[in-house]
Parts: sequence; structure tokens; C-alpha cells
Amino acid sequence: MKRILLVGATSAIAEAAAREFAARGDALFLLARNAAAVQAIADDLRLRGAAQVASASFDAREFQSFPALIDAAVQRLGGLDQALIAHGTLTDQSAGAASPELLRADFETNALSVMALSLLLARYFSAQGHGVIAAISSVAGERGRQSNYLYGAAKAAVSTFLSGLRQQLYAKGVRVVTIKPGFVSTPMTAAFRKGLLWASPARVARDIVRAMDRGTPVIYTPWFWRPVMALVRFVPESVFRRARL
Amino acid sequence: MAEGMSWGRWPRHEQRIVPLKSRFEPVPDLPPVLPYGNGRSYGDVCLNAGGTLLATRALDRLIAFDPASGVLECEAGVLLSEIIALLLPRGWFPAVSPGTAFVTVGGAIANDVHGKNHHRVGSFGHHVLGFELLRSDGTVRQCSADNHPDWFRATLGGLGLTGLIRKASLRLRPVASPWIEGDSQRFQSLADFFALTAASDRDYEYTVAWLDCAAGARHRGRGVFMRGNHAPARASNGGAATLATSRRSSSLRVPMTPPISPFCSASVRLFNSFYFHRRAAQQPHMSWHYQDFHFPLDRILEWNRLYGPRGFFQYQCALPDAAAKPALSEMLELIGRARAGSCLSVLKKFGAMPSLGLMSFARPGVTLALDFPNDGARTLQLLESLDAITREAGGAVYPAKDARMSASSFRRYFPAWEQFQRYIDPKFSSSFWRRVTET
Repeated sequence: MKRILLVGATSAIAEAAAREFAARGDALFLLARNAAAVQAIADDLRLRGAAQVASASFDAREFQSFPALIDAAVQRLGGLDQALIAHGTLTDQSAGAASPELLRADFETNALSVMALSLLLARYFSAQGHGVIAAISSVAGERGRQSNYLYGAAKAAVSTFLSGLRQQLYAKGVRVVTIKPGFVSTPMTAAFRKGLLWASPARVARDIVRAMDRGTPVIYTPWFWRPVMALVRFVPESVFRRARL
Repeated sequence: MAEGMSWGRWPRHEQRIVPLKSRFEPVPDLPPVLPYGNGRSYGDVCLNAGGTLLATRALDRLIAFDPASGVLECEAGVLLSEIIALLLPRGWFPAVSPGTAFVTVGGAIANDVHGKNHHRVGSFGHHVLGFELLRSDGTVRQCSADNHPDWFRATLGGLGLTGLIRKASLRLRPVASPWIEGDSQRFQSLADFFALTAASDRDYEYTVAWLDCAAGARHRGRGVFMRGNHAPARASNGGAATLATSRRSSSLRVPMTPPISPFCSASVRLFNSFYFHRRAAQQPHMSWHYQDFHFPLDRILEWNRLYGPRGFFQYQCALPDAAAKPALSEMLELIGRARAGSCLSVLKKFGAMPSLGLMSFARPGVTLALDFPNDGARTLQLLESLDAITREAGGAVYPAKDARMSASSFRRYFPAWEQFQRYIDPKFSSSFWRRVTET
């Protein structure tokens, strides 16, 4: 049984990952903004086999609350083995470009809060000599595209940050996992399938759980995004700037 | 706007699709709206042309389970297959299983579905202890046989029109193994079927017959009768240990829609003849895995694509006992003459237990289900002639399977429709409902 902290537990990907953890009997601590929604998820995970599920509400922009929340998770679970940081907001490109306040708010949510949480977890895991920090970045962070580079810039920051943290913690026995999902559909039906590029949260979650158990440095999910993004990165900027993406 | 399809892949309509994310959300103000579960109804009861579908599949959380009584409370988007995967290892199974496990709890309630044990336990609604109904004006009702019983009765079989079912409590039935034990035997005529089912319904929880409706006049009415009970735990079937490993995941998927359906009169005849004559059709001792017994087609994902780009029609009628035999003969003769025999013809005796829903389909008598590739006007004409027989016999056609019955037929099959109309949420509607009431 592993003791796992899930941040942003009401996101479709985090909830799907939590079901994988529950099915194998892990103990879970859930953080999410919406208390009623996270309570409903906690009840569900208990019935799906989780050894223990506790939850607390959390605001990604209240950085000063983070130490107490991590303490609470450690207390309730009697320790901590892994953390999955999955909260975030999909910044609306044009709204963000028009409003500096929104720009800051979303960057705090998508990038700075992930760093702040990871650093606190890094301290705890380093001291105990083991642990896994996994955070959800995105293929959108690999290259700036005119349609969503505000969101992409925050994810790029997360990826770069995690890369450095991974190096720093490697010798201490702590693994850092960068997760780069492609397009993830909300649970919809076959009748409305959006195309081959869209993956279900359950599919993505299985990849995440496997990567967390193995301590894989960087995963693309589904896997085909790795070669796709390698090609995208390969395109020279002088050509890329003409693209309408 | 996106194109939405039902299981029959006909008709296809453009509609807005709004996925609901949690049961705490209000009904979006995008009328007319219609809850949409997993799209397993065949025709247009799950479609809403020009309107909005509220996709409920993400409402898939379990809320509470009492291992002493087997009562499960869950959100309306949970699939029966998910309930089985989670609770069969603990010794529980849905009290009523329709022909596919890929239906949502909300859809099973809204269509008041039935299974192969209808003669013993009634339909799905008989095992629903209660549900929470959200109306577009924000009103929430906890409905059960005692609480808002009129809303309870209107919503069971209410085709999703009375509001959004957000969660429900179901009574499951205990089982000792994932196996169904019984036998399988050929019968040569409808009279033989009626004798077999009369002799079996007392001792077997599940009874069902497959009918060879492509057989020539000489063999008309022949088929295969299957009956079974949940097997006790015993060493030969792995004992209680099999409960823990009762999940079978291997399945095939039809990868694409073939441009032309492989079902033609000759291939259907061939398939039916093979199915009738295969060795397993006559077995004094059968032991089926529950998937093979209850949900054989769930092993082939998206099998509906096999009917080709034009889709197919399912025709399911219920016929009262007194008129059943002559009406069935007449139908088989008609289908034989039209050379339109289907592969999946199912005949089943309904029990005497009256359905609870105002608009429920299941009723005492016999039910026959057939499917036909969509061959345009020819098929519609055949189905209309089948309807004439059903009307004459005082029967009914199942809305969950229908895409074409006339408004006048519908009103005759479901005389309670006017009474039911009072319970329809003013902001809810469906393509089906408009078709059968506004024309």
C-alpha cells in the first residue's frame, strides 16, 4: 500500500489516476478547490477499494497554505510515498492577453504553485530518502503556438523546473516524473468520438501510474506524442513562425 | 453542434452536447435538453435534434454500498458493467441485466429495461429503491415508492423527459459465482417454444429463446431455447475464488464501418442455419460465463458498425398472451416473405408482474426482438406491417429500440402518454417525443 497525495483531485486525469490507486488499495489524500465535489470523489474511491481517503480544500494561489496542507496529508496518512500534482486551468489565450491580472493569476496557478508545492515535497521526500513527485505538464509546453502560448509558457516553465529538480533529487533517492499528456477527452461516448488524437482520462491515468511506480523521468501519454513532438521541436523557428497553429 | 448517434446509427441528428461534470451542477439553460447516457438505445429516444444533450457519463461515482443488504447508491452515469466489475468480486450482481452491460443506471431507469429473468423479478424499475430527480427550475425531488410516488412512476420508463436523474439506489442480488448453469435445446415450432417456456419459468431464473427467422416455411418457428440459474460456488467452477477473478477483458472491436453491410438475405440464412445446427444449441448441461450468457455481443465492441453506413432498425414488440401465438406466426411469415430475416431474433416470455412505470414497456405476454439492416423504404414498410399486427394484437413497441413508429401507433401502445405529459420538464424534450406527439 502506497500513501499518495493528489493535488487537483477533481480534474478528470487525477480522478482517473486515483481510481487506479484505489483499485490496488492505496491510501489517498485529496486536495481540490471544490469541497462538495472532492467529497463525492472521496466516497467513490473508498468504495473502489482505497485503504483510506481523506481530503481538504485547497486554493492553488494561496501559497502560504501549502506547508500546512502537506503536513495534514502526512499526518492523516501516517507518511507519504508519492505525490501527483494535477491541478491547473486552461488559460484562454485572448482573455489572458487582454488582462494582465488574469495572466498573473493563471501563471500562478499553472506554474508557480506547482513549483512551490514541489519544493515543499522535495524537502520532505529528501529527508526520508525516498518518494515520487509527479506533475502534469503538457505537450503544449514544448513549443509556443499562437493559439495558446500563455498556457504553453506556464507548462514550459513547469517542465524546465521539474528537469532541474529531478537532477537535484536524483542522488537523494527521490524521483521526479514529468507527465506530458496530449489531447485528453472528457468522458464522452463513442458516438461523439473526437478523433484518433484524443485519449480518455483513464488511458492517460494508466500511463501515469506506471510511470510513477517506475520513476520514469518524462512520459508522453499516449506514447505517440513523443515522436510527434520530436518532429514539432525539429521544425526551425524561421519556418514555425509562418504556421497557423 | 456535433452529430449524435444512437446504437442503430439511424437517424443521425445535429445537436449540442454538454458534458456534465458532477452531480452538483444545475441543468444548463440550453433548452430543449435531454440526458444522454451511453447511447445504447437504438433509435431516437436518446437524440435531440437541434437541442442539447446532457452527457451524463462523467456522473460515474459510487456513493454508498451496504454489503449486508446489497443496496448500492451511485450516480446516474455509472455503467452496469462497472457495477459488475466492482461488486461481482464481492458477491453481488444487478438484479436485472439487459442485453448489454454498457448501459448507464440512468438509462436503465429511463427505459425501465428488462432482462432474461423478467418472469421472476420484473423489470429494472422493480429493483430501484429511489432516485434523485433534478428539474430545470432547480427543484430536487427524492423519489421512491413512498416519496413522490407519482414522480417515481413517471420517471421509470419516462425516457429522460421528467428531469435529470442524478443518482439512484439499486437493490443488487447476491451471487456465489460468475457462472450461469442450465441447458440449451432446439425447438421446432412456436408451439414448442410456448410449451418449453411454460415448463421452465418456475425452475429457471433466466429463460430466453433465439429464433431462426430466416428459416423457410417448413422450419418456421424453430429456434434454440436457453435457460439457466446463477451457479452456486463449487470446486468445479473454481468455487468462491472465481469471484475475485471474474473479470474477462478480452474483446474484439469492429474497427470501421464497412461500406456495404455483410448482412444480406443469403448470409443471414447461412448464419441462422449454422446457429441452429451448431452443437452447443443442444446441450443438457451448459455452464456459461455471465458475459457469454447475458451480454454475448459486448465481446464485440461496436458491433453495430457491421450494419454498414446506413445503420439498422431494431423491432421489439410485446404481445399479450392470448394473441401472441397467431401474431408471431403472422410476423414470421411476413418476414419470411420479405426475405428480411434477422440474425438476432430473440423471443422471451414476460412475467405477470405489472411494470411500475407509467410508460414502461414490459407487460404480461411475450416479447420478440428483431433487427433489420436499413434498406430504406422497403424496411420501413415491413416494420409498418409488423406494427399493424402488433396493434391488432393489443401489444406495444419498445421506445428504447424504436426510430420509426407512427404517432398513432405510439398513442395506442402507451395510452398513459397524456397523463405522463404532465410530468415532462418544460425544458426537456427528445427527437422521439416530438416525433410521436407532435405529428
